[in-house]
Amino acid sequence: MAQIKLENLAHSYISKPTSKSDYALQKMNLTFEDGAAYALLGPSGCGKTTLLNIISGILIPSEGKIYFGDKDVTSLDALGRNIAQVFQFPVVYDTMSVRKNLAFPLQNRGADPQYIKKRVEIIAKSIGMEDMLDTKASGLSADAKQKISLGRGMVREDVNAILLDEPLTVIDPHVKWQLRTQLKALHEEFSHTMIFVTHDQTEALTFADKVVVMDDGIVVQVGSPQELFERPTHTFVGYFIGSPGMNFFDVDIIEDIISMGDVKLKLHSIFPDLKGRVELGIRPEFITLSKDSGDIKIEIIRIEDIGYHKIVRAIHDNIKINIVVPEDVKIDNNMKFASFDRDHIFIYQDGWLVEPKEAKR
Amino acid sequence: MNKTVNQKAWFLVLPVFLLVAFSAVIPLMTVINYSVQDTFGNNVFSWVGLDWFDEIIHSQRMHESLARQSLLTTIILLIEVPLGIFIALNMPKKGFWASFNLVVISLPLLIPWNVVGTIWQIFGRKDIGLLGHTLSILGIDYNYAQDVLSAWITIVIMDVWHWTSLIVLLCYAGLQSIPDAYYQAAKIDQASRWSVFRYIELPKMSGVLMIAILLRFMDSFMIYSEPFVLTGGGPGNSTTFLSIDLVNMALGQFDLGPASAYSLMYFLVVLLVSWVFFTVMTNLDKKGAA
Repeated sequence: MAQIKLENLAHSYISKPTSKSDYALQKMNLTFEDGAAYALLGPSGCGKTTLLNIISGILIPSEGKIYFGDKDVTSLDALGRNIAQVFQFPVVYDTMSVRKNLAFPLQNRGADPQYIKKRVEIIAKSIGMEDMLDTKASGLSADAKQKISLGRGMVREDVNAILLDEPLTVIDPHVKWQLRTQLKALHEEFSHTMIFVTHDQTEALTFADKVVVMDDGIVVQVGSPQELFERPTHTFVGYFIGSPGMNFFDVDIIEDIISMGDVKLKLHSIFPDLKGRVELGIRPEFITLSKDSGDIKIEIIRIEDIGYHKIVRAIHDNIKINIVVPEDVKIDNNMKFASFDRDHIFIYQDGWLVEPKEAKR
Repeated sequence: MNKTVNQKAWFLVLPVFLLVAFSAVIPLMTVINYSVQDTFGNNVFSWVGLDWFDEIIHSQRMHESLARQSLLTTIILLIEVPLGIFIALNMPKKGFWASFNLVVISLPLLIPWNVVGTIWQIFGRKDIGLLGHTLSILGIDYNYAQDVLSAWITIVIMDVWHWTSLIVLLCYAGLQSIPDAYYQAAKIDQASRWSVFRYIELPKMSGVLMIAILLRFMDSFMIYSEPFVLTGGGPGNSTTFLSIDLVNMALGQFDLGPASAYSLMYFLVVLLVSWVFFTVMTNLDKKGAA
């Protein structure tokens, strides 16, 4: 086991990339700590699978280096890097029994039969298949097969990392939840470094200690689920994480005064002069509704009651706003004003979070 | 679910029924008709029951042809199937050379049987054939027209040359359908080349392989034109396979009764072996799935 470090890594599928858009992965520096569970989160085509394949050694990056611990593994293949990978679709050896499937990676490495037997039983128990060990793999359901794939990834104790490429795509929703929990338990039990690729934020946030959010070949933020929610460093993270995502407004800012159309808001902190596109971001959870006064005037369009809270869809000055209201708060259509919690307002310049010059308070 | 009963639907089957009747059933009836009657010409027929069948079943001539035929088919399958799989495994998977190889590999399949026979007939001749002449210069005693072993080797090589491509193409299609993830997973599992073949490639192509073997069995069991053009069944009767024997009997000797009984039994043998083969293979498959 070892720390995985990406140094000035970039990848292009074109042999002589000229512009930025030729790159599937923009230059990045990233470290995966040993033993932690990571999720690579992003929309389809953002480069997360490319990044995973580079870490696993299926792809050789066009630029930069990869280190496992102190060892440069850039030119080593999957075997040389000693990693395990679970793919999007179950890969099982159809003609073998479940037991042989699980034992296969160990057998090929010439492990002691006693050890294999013990290890296979431990893994089978973890994935909940101990009573199916002697059934043939070919007739099993997709989720059972995917469990075998997971088990095969987990069976070697000495792997440097376990890489999972959207492994729950083919699984039924109710089993998905169960498998995710199992995966989390497996991580806690064996504490392998795990990197989990997904486009599903729930999956990422429930599974991972740290989430790497990617968009368009760029790593936009690395952080714990809580950090991503509370302090998105990029507008993409703001609207991709959370449901509904962050609200954004185009604004101008002078010191601590924000102008948003005709509306002026005073902030707690002073900002430097900003050029380019300046946006104010606030999560729907930190906006409150009221009848007679508030920061901005709004008009409620629709109220969605989803049980544990309500989502209010409203507009202000032709801009859509989402507001999350706790279950016990009454809403009526006379509520024409909304207020922003000053502590949860963030300012972004060309997509990236801007730190205030000084907090005044 | 309740099914609607509508007897008129049978009319929809009628066109197919007529087509099959004219293409298969009626010609077959003619053969069946001949097989149970005898004639001395002038369109006068007399009923002989199963006499012809009895005669053919006990004829040494048919036994010998059947033995030769079985030997040839066995040899051909034993060579073509492994060779076909081997070639398919080693063909490039994509790019220019993949298409190029596919075209080259398919060429023999496009050549008519008679022409294949003629090609090898000339190719193997001592006086003008490249193969025959070269071998005789090297001092190898090769003469397919007089030597039994030479004749057999030539026929086997000719068939391998003509038909291995079919197995290659089918296996290649089966291999192409295996997702890359399988190979990557196998690599990560440190599987040997043999394991990859045994546990990934072979199971994934078993379906098409079964069809390939079945087709090659049926075709080779009915082989006619190629050996007929090459050796005409000789030297002696050494390459007289079932079809050649049958044609000799029906058209050479004009023994229509025995020939009809012969062809019916021939047909049944092919049908039976194919059926057994198919059933065994599908059952193995099901067992594998259970």
